[in-house]
Parts: sequence; C-alpha cells; structure tokens
Amino acid sequence: MTWANWTDEKVEKIIGELLIAGVFLSAAIVLVGGIIYLIHYGHSMPSYSVFRGEPETLRSIRAILRYAFALHGRGIIQFGLLILIATPVARVAFSIVGFAAEGDRMYVVFTSIVLLILLYSLFWSSSIA
Amino acid sequence: MNVLEFTALVGVGSFLAGLLGSLTGLGGGVVLVPLLTIFFKVDIRYAIGASLVSVIATSSGAAAAYVREGFSNIRIGMFLEIATTLGALCGAFLAAKVSTAAIAVIFGVVLVYSAYLSRKPRSQADRDAPPDPLATRLRLNGSFPDAGGVRHYNVQHVPAGFGLMLGAGALSGLLGIGSGAVKVLAMDQAMKIPFKVSTTTSNFMIGVTAVASAGVYLKRGYIDPGLAMPVMLGVLAGSLWGTRILVKAETRWLRIVFSVVIALLGVQMLLKGFLGTI
Repeated sequence: MTWANWTDEKVEKIIGELLIAGVFLSAAIVLVGGIIYLIHYGHSMPSYSVFRGEPETLRSIRAILRYAFALHGRGIIQFGLLILIATPVARVAFSIVGFAAEGDRMYVVFTSIVLLILLYSLFWSSSIA
Repeated sequence: MNVLEFTALVGVGSFLAGLLGSLTGLGGGVVLVPLLTIFFKVDIRYAIGASLVSVIATSSGAAAAYVREGFSNIRIGMFLEIATTLGALCGAFLAAKVSTAAIAVIFGVVLVYSAYLSRKPRSQADRDAPPDPLATRLRLNGSFPDAGGVRHYNVQHVPAGFGLMLGAGALSGLLGIGSGAVKVLAMDQAMKIPFKVSTTTSNFMIGVTAVASAGVYLKRGYIDPGLAMPVMLGVLAGSLWGTRILVKAETRWLRIVFSVVIALLGVQMLLKGFLGTI
C-alpha cells in the first residue's frame, strides 16, 4: 500500500470501521460492568434525584483505570465509556494521517486544531472547571 | 423501585428514544434528558451526562450507514468541527455557571424549536449557485451519488454556517444533546448543502462534538456509570435497529407523532424551569 493510493473514500471507510469496532468494544465492556454492578447493587435504591457528583475514583482517566482493574462494576462501566469517548478522538487522529497522506496540508492543520481541543477537554480542562 | 427495576425501565425508555430518534432523524438525545428528569426524577446534571454518552454511541454506531452510502463530506465535517468543538467546550463550562432552572428553560426552547423545525418543509438547495470563493479555497465543494448519477454541489455562506455551528456546539455542550436540528439548519439552510449530505455529515460530527464536552463533564462528576449504562446500551440498540428497519417503515406519521411528543416535553421543561421545580 503506497501513500499515493490514499483517497477520501478510503480514509472514510477505514474511519467508519474504526468507529464501529470502538463502539461495539465499548458496549461489550459496559454490559459486563453493568452485570457485575447489578449483581452487587441490584437490590439497593437508586438515588439520582439529588446531585452529589461522582467520587474521585470515577472522574479521572487514571483513577477509572485503577478502579476498573480492581473489577468494580461501576469502574468497568466507566472504563467502557472511556473507550467510547476515545473512538471519535481516534477518528480525528486518524484523519490527520489520512490528510497528510493525501498531501492536504490545510486540512492537516484544521484536523490538528480539532484534536487539540479534544485532548484539552480530556486532559487539561479540570484546572479551569 | 430498586436499582434493577430502575435500570430495566431506563433501558426500555432509552431503547424507544433511540429507535424513534433514528427513524425520524431527530436524534434520541433530545428526548432522553426530559424523559429522565420528568419521569425518572433524575437530576438534570446526571441526565445530561448520560445523554452525552449516548450521543457519542449513536454517532459512532451510525458510521456503518454513512460508510456504505458515501454521502458525508469529511472536509465540511472537519472544518465545521473546529466551530462545534470550541462551542461545546464553552457550553460545558457554562453549564457549571448557570442554574439548572435556566438549563431547563433553554432545553425547553430547543425542544419546541426542534419540533417546529421538523414540521417545516426542507429547503431546496440552490443547485446552480456559483461557487463561493471561500468555500472553493477551503475545498468544501463536493459530490455525491444521486438517482440521476453523480451530483455536484457548491457550498455557500461559509462564515454564517461556521457561526451557527459555534452555537450548535455550545447547545450540545450545555444540554448534552447532539443538536442535530441546529446543525442541519446551518448546513441545509445557510450553507445550501444537499439534505442527504448535511444529515450524514452532521451525524459524523455529533460524536466528535460530544466528546469535547464529555471530557469536562467526566471530570466534574456528571457521568454516573449506573445511569449511563442502561441509557447508552438502550439508545445504541434502539438507533441501530431503527436504521435497519428505516427503509420499510412509514416515517411520515411517526415524524408527526414524535414532533408532538418533543413539543410537549419542551413545554414541560419550560414549566419546570420557570417554576424552579427542577
């Protein structure tokens, strides 16, 4: 596969497959986490009418990973949601590669701006919020 | 009602929202938040967090359809995503500053407006308009397969479209919805992009836009796994099934019924917001 063969259609097709794989992987993890969560907490009472905010273990990427690998149901669900959030990010990152391969410098810049905004939201936004 | 029953009911409700959302093209997120807050008494912040997650799932899950059809314009999408992601980031920050009552009122207005928009006939894109120099420089003009062969289109009014997309992004970040209605307004009405291209491109963009605010919401603790789980799985299953039966279904009546439901939910949200009972 040479770089010259890259077209918009081809890039879109690969991106589409990437998104579908990501969303199904995420759904499977969320389902497993959900079953574990329901086994442990199925008979307790839901309390969503008063907003308390999630504990620290379910807020940051590092904490979620730690909580999920300890096999907590809620942690596993949150890990699945992280994968879901990562799929559009991967799509944007892959688009940069695609545009670069097509030699479209303007769109490499545009797509990089979008990627930076997403990474800012995921990694650095907490200091302001 | 214990957690098991709550999860099952929310899952069924989300499934229906996803199904109707994809059959009518209005999106499931727009009914999810009112459904959760009005019928399940969920705090609007948790509801927005869960809805945002489902919006990402629907957008990514719908990728199958637009890959097959080849209607979406990746350049239009990517260029406008600069506007929607910036807007979404601002919307998400704003969500912490304004009261939940104000969010409910804005939500109500968006719902009523979406219902109105869905009843309005689509504008016919101006096919013979000369190319806009800015659109040409940004390489936004494209083509798509139509009944009569490949159809080319020229994109118009790029700055107006970009501005509307900032607004669409801000609403998405503030309310946790895909704001497909505003996105289609920007692309369909302002930029004169053919309807098929604007809907599929909008779908493409919604996931990326939602991620820009999801990061902020996650850190603020709005995304609860116990609630997001049935919502995400339900909406995803519903919308995937919806796209599968879409060809066979009679959607005209469905659209009317669904827009009435949306309008009623909008009025409910307005009332709740004004009475401060949210």
